[in-house]
Amino acid sequence: MSGRLELWLFVLQRMSAMVLAPLVLVHLGTMIYAVQGGLSAAEMLSRTQSQVIWPVMYGIFIVAVAIHGAIGLRAIIREMTPLLDTTASAIAVLFCLLVLILGFNAVEAIA
Amino acid sequence: MPDIRGYGALSGCAQEKNEDRALTAVETDKTLKVDIWRGGEDGYYQSFTVPHENSQTVLDVVTYVQRKLDPTLSYRFSCRVGMCGSCAMTVNGRPRWTCRTHVDLVAEDGCIEIAPMRNFPRIKDLAVDMTVFFDKWRDANARFVPTEAELDGFAEVDPDSRERKEASAAIECIGCGICYAACDLVSWNPDYLGPAALNRAWTLVNDVRDGDPNGHLKAVAGDAGCHACHSQQGCTSHCPKSLSPTASIAGLKRKSFAALLKGAL
Amino acid sequence: MSILAAHRNHPTYWAFLLHRLSGLALAVFLPVHLYVLSMAIGDGAQLDAFLDWTQQPLVKLAEVVLVVLLALHMAGGLRLLAIEFLPWRDSQKTFAACAGAFAIGAGILYFLNLV
Repeated sequence: MSGRLELWLFVLQRMSAMVLAPLVLVHLGTMIYAVQGGLSAAEMLSRTQSQVIWPVMYGIFIVAVAIHGAIGLRAIIREMTPLLDTTASAIAVLFCLLVLILGFNAVEAIA
Repeated sequence: MPDIRGYGALSGCAQEKNEDRALTAVETDKTLKVDIWRGGEDGYYQSFTVPHENSQTVLDVVTYVQRKLDPTLSYRFSCRVGMCGSCAMTVNGRPRWTCRTHVDLVAEDGCIEIAPMRNFPRIKDLAVDMTVFFDKWRDANARFVPTEAELDGFAEVDPDSRERKEASAAIECIGCGICYAACDLVSWNPDYLGPAALNRAWTLVNDVRDGDPNGHLKAVAGDAGCHACHSQQGCTSHCPKSLSPTASIAGLKRKSFAALLKGAL
Repeated sequence: MSILAAHRNHPTYWAFLLHRLSGLALAVFLPVHLYVLSMAIGDGAQLDAFLDWTQQPLVKLAEVVLVVLLALHMAGGLRLLAIEFLPWRDSQKTFAACAGAFAIGAGILYFLNLV
């Protein structure tokens, strides 16, 4: 299986990228809209709490970005630092967990 | 650092620059400063001054140095006309065929720095060890696998088919190693099979006569295979035959992904 | 080894470099961003206090930079997906240029709305 690990990571990376692309577009558009007239918690919550699509969308966003960022970080560490492959993979897993935990905390806060 | 300028002209081939003599059609009155790598992994740059000529190539310069200035200089060349790829070296930081590199196009302020190709172990001076490069062709399973069937007559390959066009676009590789020298992934990941081996594997995956396409994909879909490539295109931008290993590697990524989904890997 | 080594001095290498650096910056920023968002819990008073802090010009500038980095990373990523999954096209440099233009465009839009 380890011989196929790189292949599966590649697949996951590209799949998560395809999921992220439209989500990022929506996020960028939302931010450009939301930042008009200043940001406030109340304005943001009134948007995110009004329809269930927002927490759902951001939930998917969190899962996709946790995977995508972790695999990307792993590649950078393996290629550009002298750290071992196992260390790079461990850091990647930690990053993934960190984003998932913090992310779902945030999704819960805005839902 | 030793600086040798024009010592010990060989008898019989000596060519003194006589100011009273009219210049021949190619000679100019300029000189060129050349820094050439001497030694193995540990070494130094040795400076030479060579006469500048019109349409002079970097290979001309290296040859002049070895014949007239320092016979101990080691370098490789063969055809001299841009067909064999033996003369590949690093010229002012970029891997090039020296027989096809005009001095006037690359010299910076009348100076040229010549070094052996990056990413290859250095044997001596400008000669590198190509063993690992070709070992990776073997590891990438980049050789034709015949079918076991007995054919009646010749295999028929439609030249207009998509597969043949893909293979033809990549088949002209002569294994000169410039793409391997230009590739950062080869520097960062010592196991990476490299653009040339992967490019050749792609031609075989597209060869309808080949008996084991999945075997080729298996060999390149492992660790340090085609998925290590980030499409920086150092290979494509330096290939003297205008091939695109990046495109071939992208094709391998697509095909190995499809094979994975089909459970063929 | 210098990033600007001669053999790396071409557009698709810069595209790779920007893509990698923007990804790294976003990965570092993301946990902080998520932590800040979690302050919205309840009535969001904690978040409002933090948002007051973000009104400073330097923070606003940083936000614009982040928007540009995100747009850059996404555009570069789309370029890579096109190389890898679509039939090969020679318009590589055009793609890279479009990616850059999109990123700058997004940044400008954000900036205009921010101030």
